[in-house]
Amino acid sequence: MLRYTVHRILLMIPTLLGVAVLIFFLLRIMPGDIVELKLLGEGASVTPDVLAAERARLGLDKTLIWQFVDWMGGLFTGDLGVSMWTERPVAHEIGIRLELSLQVAIMATILATAIALPLGTLAALFRDTWIDHTIRVFAIAGLAVPSFWLGMVLILGLLLVFNWIPPLTFTPLYEDPWANLSQLIWPAIAVGYRYSAVATRMTRSSLLEVLKEDYIRTARAKGVYERLVVARHAMRNALLPVITVIGLEFAFLIGGLVVTEQVFNLNGIGKLFVQAVAHGDYTLVQALVMLVASFFIIINFVVDMLYAWLDPRIRYG
Amino acid sequence: MRMKHGYPIALALLAAFALTSATAEAQTPKKGGTLKFAVLDEPPSYDCHRVSTFAFIHPVRPHYSTLLEFDPDKYPTIRGDLAQSWDISKDGLTYTFKLRSGVKFHDGSALTSADVKATYERISNPPQGVVSLRKASYGDITSIETPDALTVVFKLRAPNASMLANFASPWDCIYSAAKIKTDPKFPEKNVLGTGPFKFVEHVSGSHWVGERFNDYFEPGKPYLDNYRAIFIKSSAAIVNALQGGEIHTEFRGFTPADRDKLVGALGNKVVVQESPWVCNLVLAFNTEKKPFDDARVRRALSLALDRWKGSEALSKIAIVKPVGGILRPGYELAASPADLEKIPGMSKNIEKSRAEAKRLLKEAGVSNLKFKLTNRNVPMPYTPVAVWMLDQWRQLGITAEHEQLDSKLYFDALRSGNYQAGVDFNCDHTDDPSLQFIKYLSSDKSTINYGRYSDRTLDHLYEMQARTTDPEQRKTFVREFEFRALSEAYTVPTIWYNRIIVHAAQMKGWKITPSHYINQDLADVWLDQ
Amino acid sequence: MAVTITYAQPKRRHPVVAFVRTQPTGSAGLAIIVIMIAAAAFADVVAPYDPVAVDFESMLSAPALAHPLGTDAFGRDVLSRVIYGARTALFVGFLASFLGSSLGAVIGVASAYFGGRIDMAVQGVMDVLLSFPIIVLALAVVAVLPKADLLGLDVNLVLAIAIPMVPRVERVVRSSALAIREMPYIDAARAAGYSHSRIIFRHILPNIAAPYLIMLTAFVAQAILLEASLSFLGLGVNEPTPSWGLMLSGHAVDFYHAAPWMIVFPGLAISLAVFAFNLFGDALRDWLDPKLKI
Repeated sequence: MLRYTVHRILLMIPTLLGVAVLIFFLLRIMPGDIVELKLLGEGASVTPDVLAAERARLGLDKTLIWQFVDWMGGLFTGDLGVSMWTERPVAHEIGIRLELSLQVAIMATILATAIALPLGTLAALFRDTWIDHTIRVFAIAGLAVPSFWLGMVLILGLLLVFNWIPPLTFTPLYEDPWANLSQLIWPAIAVGYRYSAVATRMTRSSLLEVLKEDYIRTARAKGVYERLVVARHAMRNALLPVITVIGLEFAFLIGGLVVTEQVFNLNGIGKLFVQAVAHGDYTLVQALVMLVASFFIIINFVVDMLYAWLDPRIRYG
Repeated sequence: MRMKHGYPIALALLAAFALTSATAEAQTPKKGGTLKFAVLDEPPSYDCHRVSTFAFIHPVRPHYSTLLEFDPDKYPTIRGDLAQSWDISKDGLTYTFKLRSGVKFHDGSALTSADVKATYERISNPPQGVVSLRKASYGDITSIETPDALTVVFKLRAPNASMLANFASPWDCIYSAAKIKTDPKFPEKNVLGTGPFKFVEHVSGSHWVGERFNDYFEPGKPYLDNYRAIFIKSSAAIVNALQGGEIHTEFRGFTPADRDKLVGALGNKVVVQESPWVCNLVLAFNTEKKPFDDARVRRALSLALDRWKGSEALSKIAIVKPVGGILRPGYELAASPADLEKIPGMSKNIEKSRAEAKRLLKEAGVSNLKFKLTNRNVPMPYTPVAVWMLDQWRQLGITAEHEQLDSKLYFDALRSGNYQAGVDFNCDHTDDPSLQFIKYLSSDKSTINYGRYSDRTLDHLYEMQARTTDPEQRKTFVREFEFRALSEAYTVPTIWYNRIIVHAAQMKGWKITPSHYINQDLADVWLDQ
Repeated sequence: MAVTITYAQPKRRHPVVAFVRTQPTGSAGLAIIVIMIAAAAFADVVAPYDPVAVDFESMLSAPALAHPLGTDAFGRDVLSRVIYGARTALFVGFLASFLGSSLGAVIGVASAYFGGRIDMAVQGVMDVLLSFPIIVLALAVVAVLPKADLLGLDVNLVLAIAIPMVPRVERVVRSSALAIREMPYIDAARAAGYSHSRIIFRHILPNIAAPYLIMLTAFVAQAILLEASLSFLGLGVNEPTPSWGLMLSGHAVDFYHAAPWMIVFPGLAISLAVFAFNLFGDALRDWLDPKLKI
């Protein structure tokens, strides 16, 4: 187990390095950089020497290789660099927004789990009945409705029905729970619907798989009450794939927030990412990509470890 | 300000401007309250001297003062801000400013002429590592002297009639000499001014807060206790916030749809102020790319645009409205309706214009014209204006494909000449022809002309209008310049911007100006609550 | 994602009839897809108006007889734009999904077949690509690739949507191919001295047809969603090209309180299209290879 763990950790390093190389050079393939956008604003006339000076100040005049080496050096010493747009440390820019995005992601996860487990179980127990079909349609619809559109419809609905719009500035949970929740519940629903759909489907199919096994099949023939009893036992075995999917979707949720945060005007890292891409703020985009990728890689690692720990039969080559 | 050239400043002072609404408030201002307003973007830096966006002006300017300023009630008249009075020598080479006494920085230190001197030296001759965008405006200054603590004397190498307007630039915040001496980059990360409001906090991505500076030099002002600039990236969210009473206004401008919606929902709880705006989108042709090397083709594409009808319709959905030439309609030196009628593409007789366009295209031997229109990926008003133009051309059988690029790629395409036709923009804090015409000068004389052409006649007319001392003569040169530029049609205006501000009725003491860069220190604003 | 694959023997039945009988929901999805393809193909005939024709006389009209789904801020007919939008969505959806799935399948098979260092290197690259959330990778690709046209649409948009799919398909196909590689007949083919390409194309590829088709269908839905998201963010299709995602941005955001039809119908169109492909894709999976998890 220890050897496997170490091996697995070592495997993460080349992946992260690959992500770094890819995003670094991807950003710099196309001509143009942040400097003009930053100084020109809405129409100032800037001489080329001023642009060059600013480029030098931001270190954009160095060769690509040196820029990369600088960045890597920083990463290894824990320095993410400075945002080229705001000129404040990247860690600070991300830090102040992470709380909001994480909260939405966690709320969406809770919501999704709370919906998915009962619905998925019901669908599996009543396979091929109208219950299963209804839940299936609900789940497939969840995969189909774009979360940003659902968000727009939610806002529209709140405005038309209650003449109310969610508050705009973020209030931390510990300051005013009500204001905080009434703002964030809507984006959580918007992204959580899709999330719950994915989890519902996974719950259903993995439960079905377990239910197929003989000892359960016997019990299953007896009736609804017994089915529920069995489901509780079956659940334990079926839960692993569900947890996996919840974990992985959680990592992807940060990406899913990119569009939804625009709709709700949330100052989270999804919106920060879109802004950073639009500004051509290389350092910030790089850091955000590294953050999300490491997040994903770590969750993946945890899931793998969980599998190895729970199921010693799994052999790793 | 971009360039300095001599012309009688009296003219600029005379230039009358009729505002569309909101006469001066007769009520006595009330004290107290927090003004909340939205800002669409975040300031890229705290340093006035190195930025050129409203996203800086709106949240940060209330902390600072400038030497002179534009009078919002009598724009473009100039009045003193830190300067109590000023005097220009007969030869136009010496500017002497008397500063107000008792002006204090927010840290309690007194403002002296040394601070003014240090500020202008930082702008005109920035130390290593400091970026100054408006360095060229002060290129004529040979020395700055401070005979006493409240007197500053600027010496110029040549007369420069734009000089006074330069001193009123909203970008030239006065800094503390002591601070920039120890660290020239001090203002990039710190806020220390003499303005009506002290800096409290800036939460990146969220908000910016200022509080009343009790030692502000104008007695009794400012009226507000605090202001809070909230960064809201989406204009739809701004409208929702205003409707929900979370903010009082946004100072750049609202769309007509926003205005109608807010007035419909809030009635007389909101006030609308509108003004023609010193901003417009222009259509630029890359004269190095066929068939745009042919003036007839360029002119035909301009003639094909029914600007008057377009104005009527687009003004309902986009922030454009006035139809005009190179200078903002309503400005004294702008083309009169009769002048406009003669300029290709500006006529109200669209049938005639379209016939002429067809004739020109035929004559140039161009049929089935297809080209790519490069545009900036900014929705308002770039997208609606482009959609309108594409449809106008479509009606003449011209196929233009629309390419909207990310700002970074867009700037690169225009600058490097990697485009055929493009939507370009022009936006300034004054109407001065010496400033507005720069977009149309030969490419080697202008850093913001992307047409890649050389037209010495235009360059010559520019010099003439800038140097003449006779207002009537200047007008003639201006007309000549405009007619030639728009007939050659290297770059042509589309429809001018129309600035619409909707604000809560309780916000008083603020008056719209044709530029969203000026009148933003909030010293006169108060809340009637 | 953890993927378990068991190679299933293809069932032999009368394909269409069997599919409709055993998969009613999937058939419903298929019907919607067919209708959408027809509408897109015959948009010139079906749509009442030119989707780019600006009509300032009827700006922001509510749904009425003249404009069944109303008009947008430029007076353009929403119904016509929704119909033509199907063209954009399906074209981008199919093309991106086809490119992404095919590339993924080829890489997956090659990687599995050659094994060893090649396999390790390929898996390393795929791991890197998998670490990006789909939209983040698409955003990065769309922002950096030069714009180039193909039938009036940006190639960079199609690529931006296709690239994130490659590693996902590759994973599934590779594990299928690994199982096939161990089959005796592949050894036989090798022993017979067949070339690598012959073995890959004649013996392995036909056997991964099922997962390939399933992924292809599933990713059409993904691609349509992604196109809508990118266009909504202003990074996809440009005005005035009709695109559902684009119809939800810009003016739609400005006016959607006053003119909700501007957002309701394009959003429904996206949802319906993705819904149909998902229904069909699910059914296809159940039918072809019930144990495949994607």
